[in-house]
Amino acid sequence: MKPAAFDYVQSHSLEEAMVALRKYGGDAKLLAGGQSLVPLLNFRLLRPAALIDINRIPGLDRVEMIAGDALRVGALARHHTLETSPVVARHFPVLHAAMAHVAHLAIRNRGTIGGSLSHADPAAELPMLALLLDAIITAESTGGTRHLAARDFLIGALTTALAEDEIVTAVEFPALPAGAGWDFAEFALRSGDFAIAAVAAVLTLRDGVVGEARIALMGVDETAIRASAAEGLLQGQRYRPELIRAAARSACAAINPITDLRASADYRRHLVEILAERVLAGAWNRAEGQAA
Amino acid sequence: MSDCHTIRVSVNGTSHECLVESRLLLVDFLRRDLALTGTHIGCEHGVCGACTILLDGDSVRACLTFAVQTDGCRIETVEGLGESDNLSPLQQAFRDHHALQCGFCTPGMLMTCIDMMKKYPLADDQAIREALSGNLCRCTGYVHIVDAVRAARDRPEESSP
Repeated sequence: MKPAAFDYVQSHSLEEAMVALRKYGGDAKLLAGGQSLVPLLNFRLLRPAALIDINRIPGLDRVEMIAGDALRVGALARHHTLETSPVVARHFPVLHAAMAHVAHLAIRNRGTIGGSLSHADPAAELPMLALLLDAIITAESTGGTRHLAARDFLIGALTTALAEDEIVTAVEFPALPAGAGWDFAEFALRSGDFAIAAVAAVLTLRDGVVGEARIALMGVDETAIRASAAEGLLQGQRYRPELIRAAARSACAAINPITDLRASADYRRHLVEILAERVLAGAWNRAEGQAA
Repeated sequence: MSDCHTIRVSVNGTSHECLVESRLLLVDFLRRDLALTGTHIGCEHGVCGACTILLDGDSVRACLTFAVQTDGCRIETVEGLGESDNLSPLQQAFRDHHALQCGFCTPGMLMTCIDMMKKYPLADDQAIREALSGNLCRCTGYVHIVDAVRAARDRPEESSP
């Protein structure tokens, strides 16, 4: 229950961190909030040769609106900063709603946005929201900079498209379509625990007809996923309770849940159907409210 | 010899300069190197909240932080709150409402309460329970802990640490 020995490398700039990462050639881990990494070290599930601390790199924690009403979040921004950011609450209310479900205050005080994305836990809120909001993730290394769509970035459980020497430096959330309705619902056994299942949706209506529908699910597959078939079912349709139920069933058919100590696969399927129905109804209501 | 670094930290207002091994957890540094054993070690993986302390004013898990990371930082532990014969208002509220049984979770509960009372309105018991959900009390004395937090919330002028 104590970590194996490692070298501690303090980085004062992104360049220093990138050079150090390259030097250790895959045998180093970046230390940001440490809220997922340090348990793995304490259990000795990980024994890296070095930890490269990026907490003191200046300017990497900014949360700001940029051109086109997009939101840019620096990798070192803490969950609590996003949770309480008025800019996030105003422009990305679905992200604001989801952040309250992330773990507990002491974890949100430390845990970072870049860390959550890089760790890619299938039951974490931030990767799911990145997928829902078509976020673009910036990864930098001494070799250059890449911009990756969230759906290309998230590959599987705890697995991303990041190369060994790359650092997530920021994530950009493009503006939501005008008049978009949204909703988010999560089921966990205890407030702040890992989700057993969660569903989020964004809907836009034009004259009562669905323009764009986005549905993201998490806790029920290798990684957070988009329910593309269910999104397709909604497109171009008017509100009917049966339509919402059909889309919820379709979302449920798209998942690959596991059975573990907290819930059976069947229960997770049941949850997704119920949560999807609620979330789609909620998003539709909000979209109608916007249109009125 | 494993990787070591010199750190300077302020703990409950007292400055310390110490040589620490990189892998030394902050909670072990406080307990072993500084003999501040009020901060407890529970699960050692961030789940139970017993080791919660304030780092530059924010509640954090001392079992998920390395001592070496805290160079130049201000740390507050339960020892900084009050004395046995001169409890802080929050500690007094815990005593008044019988909010501790075995006391193991209490230091983490107190440090969490200070931060959550600062950051959230805690308008009702549900909000208090949610804010406390990261701290486990295995005596399951939550009702009295919620009572104590409610009382401290209603007397904000007295409940600063």
